[in-house]
Amino acid sequence: MRQILKARLILEDGTIFEGKSFGYEGSTAGETVFNTAMTGYPESLTDPSYEGQILVTTYPILGNYGVPPRRKKDDVSEYYESDHIHARAIIAQDYSWHHSHWQADRSLSDWLKEEKIPGIYDIDTRALTKLLRERGSMLGKIVVEGAEEPEWYDPNRENLVAKVSCKEPEVHGEGEKTVVLVDCGVKHNIIRCLTRRGVRVIRVPWDYDFNTLEYDGLFISNGPGNPDMVDKTVEHLRVAMKGDKPIWGICMGNQLLSKAAGARIYKLKYGHRSHNQPVRRVGTEQCFVTSQNHGFAVDHTTLPEDWEPAFVNMNDGTNEGIRHRSKPFFSAQFHPEASSGPKDTEFLFDEFIARL
Amino acid sequence: MSHHNNNSESSKPHNVKKVLLLGSGALKIGEAGEFDYSGSQAIKALREEGVETVLINPNIATVQTSEGFADKIYFLPVTPYFVKRVIEKERPDGVLLSFGGQTALNCGVELYQEGVFEEYGVKVLGTPVRAIMDTEDRELFVRKLDEIGVKTIRSEAVESIDEAVRAAEALGYPVIVRAAYALGGLGSGFCDNREELVALTEKALSFSPQVLVEKSLKGWKEVEYEVVRDRFDNCITVCNMENLDPLGIHTGESIVVAPSQTLTNEDYHYLRKLAINIIRHIGIVGECNVQYAFDPESMDYRVIEVNARLSRSSALASKATGFPLAFVAAKLGLGYGLFDLKNSVTKETTAFFEPALDYVVVKLPRWDLGKFHGVRREIGSSMKSVGEVMAIGRTFEEAMQKGLRMIGQGMHGFTGNKEIKVADIDRALREPTDRRIFVIADAMQRGYSVERIHELTKIDRWFLYKLENIITTEHELDKFNSLEELPDELLLLAKKQGFSDFQVARALFKEEMGNGADAALRVRAHRKERGIVPVVKQIDTMGGEYPAQTNYLYVTYNGTTDDIEFQHDHRSIVVLGSGAYRIGSSVEFDWCSVNALMTVKKEGWRSVMINYNPETVSTDYDMCDRLYFDELTFERVMDILEMEQPYGTIVSVGGQIPNNLAMRLDAEGVNILGTTARSIDNAEDRHKFSQMLDDLGIDQPRWRELTSMADINEFIGEVGFPVLVRPSYVLSGAAMNVCSNPEELERFLRLAANVSKEHPVVVSEFIQGAKEIEMDAVAQDGEIKAYAISEHIEFAGVHSGDATIQFPPQKLYVETMRRIKKVSGQIAAALKISGPFNIQFLAKNNEIKVIECNLRASRSFPFVSKVLKINFIDLATKVMLGIPVEKLHKSSFDLDYVGIKASQFSFSRLQGSDPVLGVDMSSTGEVGCIGVDTDEAILKAMLSVGQRIPSRSVLLSTGGAKQKADLLHSAQKLFKHGYKIYATPGTHRYLNDNGIPSLCAYPPSSTGQYPQALDLLHDKEIDLVVNVPKNLTPTELSDGYRIRRAAVDLNIPLITNGRLADAFINAFTSMSLDDIEIKDWSEY
Repeated sequence: MRQILKARLILEDGTIFEGKSFGYEGSTAGETVFNTAMTGYPESLTDPSYEGQILVTTYPILGNYGVPPRRKKDDVSEYYESDHIHARAIIAQDYSWHHSHWQADRSLSDWLKEEKIPGIYDIDTRALTKLLRERGSMLGKIVVEGAEEPEWYDPNRENLVAKVSCKEPEVHGEGEKTVVLVDCGVKHNIIRCLTRRGVRVIRVPWDYDFNTLEYDGLFISNGPGNPDMVDKTVEHLRVAMKGDKPIWGICMGNQLLSKAAGARIYKLKYGHRSHNQPVRRVGTEQCFVTSQNHGFAVDHTTLPEDWEPAFVNMNDGTNEGIRHRSKPFFSAQFHPEASSGPKDTEFLFDEFIARL
Repeated sequence: MSHHNNNSESSKPHNVKKVLLLGSGALKIGEAGEFDYSGSQAIKALREEGVETVLINPNIATVQTSEGFADKIYFLPVTPYFVKRVIEKERPDGVLLSFGGQTALNCGVELYQEGVFEEYGVKVLGTPVRAIMDTEDRELFVRKLDEIGVKTIRSEAVESIDEAVRAAEALGYPVIVRAAYALGGLGSGFCDNREELVALTEKALSFSPQVLVEKSLKGWKEVEYEVVRDRFDNCITVCNMENLDPLGIHTGESIVVAPSQTLTNEDYHYLRKLAINIIRHIGIVGECNVQYAFDPESMDYRVIEVNARLSRSSALASKATGFPLAFVAAKLGLGYGLFDLKNSVTKETTAFFEPALDYVVVKLPRWDLGKFHGVRREIGSSMKSVGEVMAIGRTFEEAMQKGLRMIGQGMHGFTGNKEIKVADIDRALREPTDRRIFVIADAMQRGYSVERIHELTKIDRWFLYKLENIITTEHELDKFNSLEELPDELLLLAKKQGFSDFQVARALFKEEMGNGADAALRVRAHRKERGIVPVVKQIDTMGGEYPAQTNYLYVTYNGTTDDIEFQHDHRSIVVLGSGAYRIGSSVEFDWCSVNALMTVKKEGWRSVMINYNPETVSTDYDMCDRLYFDELTFERVMDILEMEQPYGTIVSVGGQIPNNLAMRLDAEGVNILGTTARSIDNAEDRHKFSQMLDDLGIDQPRWRELTSMADINEFIGEVGFPVLVRPSYVLSGAAMNVCSNPEELERFLRLAANVSKEHPVVVSEFIQGAKEIEMDAVAQDGEIKAYAISEHIEFAGVHSGDATIQFPPQKLYVETMRRIKKVSGQIAAALKISGPFNIQFLAKNNEIKVIECNLRASRSFPFVSKVLKINFIDLATKVMLGIPVEKLHKSSFDLDYVGIKASQFSFSRLQGSDPVLGVDMSSTGEVGCIGVDTDEAILKAMLSVGQRIPSRSVLLSTGGAKQKADLLHSAQKLFKHGYKIYATPGTHRYLNDNGIPSLCAYPPSSTGQYPQALDLLHDKEIDLVVNVPKNLTPTELSDGYRIRRAAVDLNIPLITNGRLADAFINAFTSMSLDDIEIKDWSEY
């Protein structure tokens, strides 16, 4: 039988879950969050929005289809959402030691070991999820048998956006129109979705003053952590909003646009992380199943007069996007680029492009 | 989804007040209990909206045809003729076509084409008929999906090698080449490349001028999505499912997992998006199912089919996710948007979402092929299974092993089973039969690698690796010989992989195991002491994201905390359900279970259900206070009882599975409500029961349990032929048989069974020409409180589950009835029965003999309850709860109408099987119809099970002398009514001798003589076949078999019993269709 090391998850409230290691045999710490998606662990792990977080998958069996190769296509990762794993660790009920898929070139276990990311299984992830639901997201540590216990790490105290954003401007794709993409930790599929539609994308660091650039549209990306850390982007946005060029934001982008508009942001108890979040386009009978991954939300009651909610979450009524009443400014809290998750709102990219 | 959204404006529903719902009729292979579930849900949805419901469904054993469900129930055939007459009478303003399977859909399409809905102003709710037709007609379907560039499976017809090459290149290799118009696959084969294609096409073109080239999808994955759309174009996919068995095996025959296991996120959402595009383009409003073939080596796909209705898969998806698809589909049909509806599990969140599962579900088919003579065991593109089970776990191994036990055919899981004998493992892996999963286990035990098994089966390696984990763990367990040595960690691992205590015991104790039940108990005691116990988890549709007050539960070892709290106030009652539908136990026991739950609740107790059949209403979580979707094994039931600590447990409403648990549960101190386990045992144990009857002076057919041929012959010397022979160990074929002469006995016992000390044979005298009578009753403390006596139309010798039953009896002597009542009273008193029971009698010349007694509800309980309008289960449940009940004086003599229960056979699905009735049951379902007299009731019932009134000619072949005489009268009637009568030579002579003109039709063995009966059948010259087998001699069997089989294969109505033929002929020659009264249940 396979020799497997024991591993523990220790939560800040003192709860301990005992499991087994299938990843890197070292310890780590971060904020523990759960995701109810049933597929998409390579995408999630490489999603910069998971920076600093320990990811619990509620779907019990992990690793089934292995990991696709690390490959670039058109200067972004072909299969991943960035060039490395951002999550601190991953936790599941059960791990498939043998994977099976034509695209896979190694197992999840091998990949985690390569990138020094712990993975644990044989944990009652449903009990863990309920705990996180009731007490809210908690800090956690993973201690693999034989490794030192690490210090607590709270990602919300750090400017994670600065950590994951590109350092220098980059250009992606070609086209007549130019979109400036403010990289707060952008998922590669957002870049793919834009360039696929024939626009030139200038990807700039989060604190870059994009107002100095010539562009047809401005895009604010997703990103990890606390939006209050990203004030510089908000300042630049406020300048841009004086003009009339289309602005669109996703996830963190929604929060930063809302902040720039003057709304308040608050931390959700345990966030929305799943592939099945229902949103409704305000004032219509159109509903969409969306992919989400966020811990903060916009308090839409604090939106100023000239703004209105564009989308609302049908489960808990939280804001899922805003729009300006007269100017072409809008945003989505969910992920129209999906990856992972349903692609039902990808048409929003078309709507954005059409306005350029 | 019972509450509407308060915070948003509700969309305006269609203005309908009265809706007609079409049911699916009798259970048959391919159309079974799932439609009772979907119809019941639709009715619940309509009632919640205050819409009056009119239901047409002759299946009297269903829950949907019960009081409190539909407002008006017509026990009539679901055919255009009858539906039109009901529409004329009821004038509904809406109709739902998609809740009654293919039967309802086909009927609806016909009525639409005839313009009936338009004529009567009936609005088709939900998916428009046009859209249904687009999915049903292959050509329309392909064209429709072409419009949006979605790929379907299709073949190219070519007439030259060049064309074939071009076609193959366009399709992509590998391809299948078939010679068109060639029988039996002559000249077909697979081609992986151009060279092979050229060679094969050349050969094929020599057989036929046209060759079909089709993309080969051998080994492709089969994946399904359940999609919902509202009239505002909002779409969700509620569930996706992946077949463990690759393409080529019907999804109803496949092991299916939910959600998919081997698809990446990109695969999953690619197919999901396509499914939504398809449903939008077709214009479904409600629910539909999209089936794909998916290439395991790329993202290439083909759409196999789209079902524009609720289906077996949608029932499974509902149970797998907790999302009530049929209920929601009905609401959408009324015009609601998905955003108007609430998630019925959380009650807070919206129904517009896609369930997130935090468990894995495995569905396994249940076959009963052993019940049929001559049927092929290979499984493939047509469905043969009669039921299914669904297992829930938090590892695949756990769910799989649970499921293999649930199937209920003596298996303990993936391992630890009695060894199966496989002559050629490679072949058994390559050419799947109903036992392939166990062949895989066997191959693994013999050292076959995952790779090798994958090559032979094309089953995705992921599933095989998981199965191999089970074998590995078993080998680990094998290294230990006692519980003391066994490390806790290994025991826990085994339990997490779904090992039962029995499997653990077998691996540990090996030859020393002794009694399996005791050994398993030792494992149980040990692991409890070591704290290795399972936990209870909820199915909440959201992966734990939102708090849910759900009562939908399963048990797992993959967890450390229970999701629920146990009150331990002894105020709950556990009802054990009926498990997989199979021949002999199906929807009738679900009706019993549901009614028991309702009474339990009504009487102020909390009701708890344990069952694992996704086709049932009893596993709807709104039917009880707690639903454990889990095993009905002793181990699991005990786990649940120990956690629940109920006041008591009901074992008598779910058929034989719970009944069989009575003794073991009783031994553990479980409070079995009603009749005691000891009494159940006294009735079940042949020796004890027989002794009791002797003591009471009650007659029974003579029988003996024998262990050698000499003893058997000696006993037959005493009682004479024919005898009923029941071996305890059957090698192949049916479990019992009637033998009329020494040759038959010899053939049956030598070839089919084993006689030895270990495997005794029970031989009983078989009384010919006797009536069979059923006594269904409820007793309290040994006193009968309510009863129903019904008679079989057929004489004894036809299994009671296949027989046509008449209630109240029309042809029994008053004296016989009186004796039956008296004897039943004696038995009830002797066994101190408190609860439901059934006794079967033989009656001849006012003498009655007891043949069987079951201290549980019987198959006919719903039928007699509904005809008599006294709910026997409600009464029985009250008795079991200890509530004194009044003796009911309503007697069947008071009824001025007649109920007929007729059986539905599925022989057409079971290629090769002999469609003849015998002592072993072979029907898959039944109907029950009510009429003013026997003729009317039998006509309705026979039409409901697919018989048709012949228009011109009948082929008679009426068996032995006695049977020929019995049918003379009918033959006369046929003649008088102008039917052309064809008869096989013996019958022909007999009819002519008796002055009835007939034409001779020669059996296949009379070669060279014309007309041949088979030709007449093929030419559609005959529209009813009455073929009564004379005896079991080989030629008679083969001639009769070929005629019967031809009738079934050509869809020509067939009756194989003289008495039933007589009754049917009598009915349709006495009255016409238009004479049938259209009356709903309440009008009787």
